[in-house]
Amino acid sequence: MNKYTERLYNGLIKENPTFVLMLGMCPTLAVTTSAINGIGMGLSTTVVLVLSNMLISMLRKIIPDSVRMPAFIVVVASFVTMVQFLLEGFVPSLYDSLGIYIPLIVVNCIILGRAESYASKNPVLPSIFDGIGMGLGFTVGLTAIGLVREIIGSGKAFNFQILPTSYEPVTIFILAPGAFFVLAALTALQNKFKKKAAEKGDPIAEKIGCGSGCATCGKKETCGGSMFIDVTPESKKTAKNEKE
Amino acid sequence: MKELLLIAVGAAFVNNVVLSQFLGICPFLGVSKNVKTAGGMGGAVIFVITIASFVTSLIYKFILVPANFEYLQTIVFILVIAALVQFVEMFLKKAMPPLYNALGVYLPLITTNCAVLGVALTNVQKTYSILEGVINGIATAFGFLVAIVLMAGIREKIEHNDITESFQGTPIVLVTAGLMAIAFFGFSGLI
Repeated sequence: MNKYTERLYNGLIKENPTFVLMLGMCPTLAVTTSAINGIGMGLSTTVVLVLSNMLISMLRKIIPDSVRMPAFIVVVASFVTMVQFLLEGFVPSLYDSLGIYIPLIVVNCIILGRAESYASKNPVLPSIFDGIGMGLGFTVGLTAIGLVREIIGSGKAFNFQILPTSYEPVTIFILAPGAFFVLAALTALQNKFKKKAAEKGDPIAEKIGCGSGCATCGKKETCGGSMFIDVTPESKKTAKNEKE
Repeated sequence: MKELLLIAVGAAFVNNVVLSQFLGICPFLGVSKNVKTAGGMGGAVIFVITIASFVTSLIYKFILVPANFEYLQTIVFILVIAALVQFVEMFLKKAMPPLYNALGVYLPLITTNCAVLGVALTNVQKTYSILEGVINGIATAFGFLVAIVLMAGIREKIEHNDITESFQGTPIVLVTAGLMAIAFFGFSGLI
């Protein structure tokens, strides 16, 4: 596997932002009322992610280290504004249903996380592929969650009726509480798989959180690491502690 | 007056920022382990959102609109919020040490809290005046405080419960949040 396909595999499967890293929870919960919305949000984020990764990677030797965060934010915000206007102009229906969550792509920690942990340290082409992989991983995650909620909550998939009309839709699943329940089920499943993998001794992912974990986060005093799900398997953790 | 009250109730309870708009989920899940820190976080959010919604409304009304730069709102708002949080932190440290000690650690957290940017953008989208914008900001932040303190109270209670292994940790918190969201539906009759 060359390094470009490796980046795609990494974003789609190994470090899938939705299912493995659990990043960008705001849009994941908010816009997944239907599969179409999920795809729309995912692809918008992908576009922003690819472009910002590309530009940040190009500028990585020019941006001084001390002002890199504001610089990244300006880059990301500019692309988000462009995407917002493109959506408004060409797919107004999607623009209306995503609403305020489009400009909020700026504060999606996947984007700043990738900028900080990958694009600012790597050449342009791998950074672009990293953006494509992560973005598509996010899109797949949002679409899957949206599909589940749409099927249970309205009996439809991509706006086509797939369940028989005798099915009584569980409307709560396309309302706000449903988002929490679906995500709870998802994280529970993740816990289960993690435990299995830990028993087998397979490391899943070493670091997690907004980009590169707690060390660079600035929030660590308050959350004490609790905000980020540490997926280092127990066996590895103890090994690490013994080393220290 | 009636309109302001409607905006306030709507922002704080009916469209609760966490439970129905999903903004600020990260601190909501992360800093809700005990009531005291949750209250501190909520207080800091009220403080920052109030100032931020006031400043962003001013900037929008008196700089962006006259100069026809409305399309720059996202970029300007996020930079203003980031700078503002830094500034507030420095000001509090110098001028009001007791308040800084109470809220200080939570301030850097808030820059990346999407609720702050969310409020600023909502104010523009709904064409609120400056006063309405500030009221909307305070009420939204109050809704956040209510949600996070309630959540912390519940988490303290269920901490030692016997929960299915896979559901321990984040999943049970999310289920709790879902039930709270259902409860908050009750408020939608208010308006």
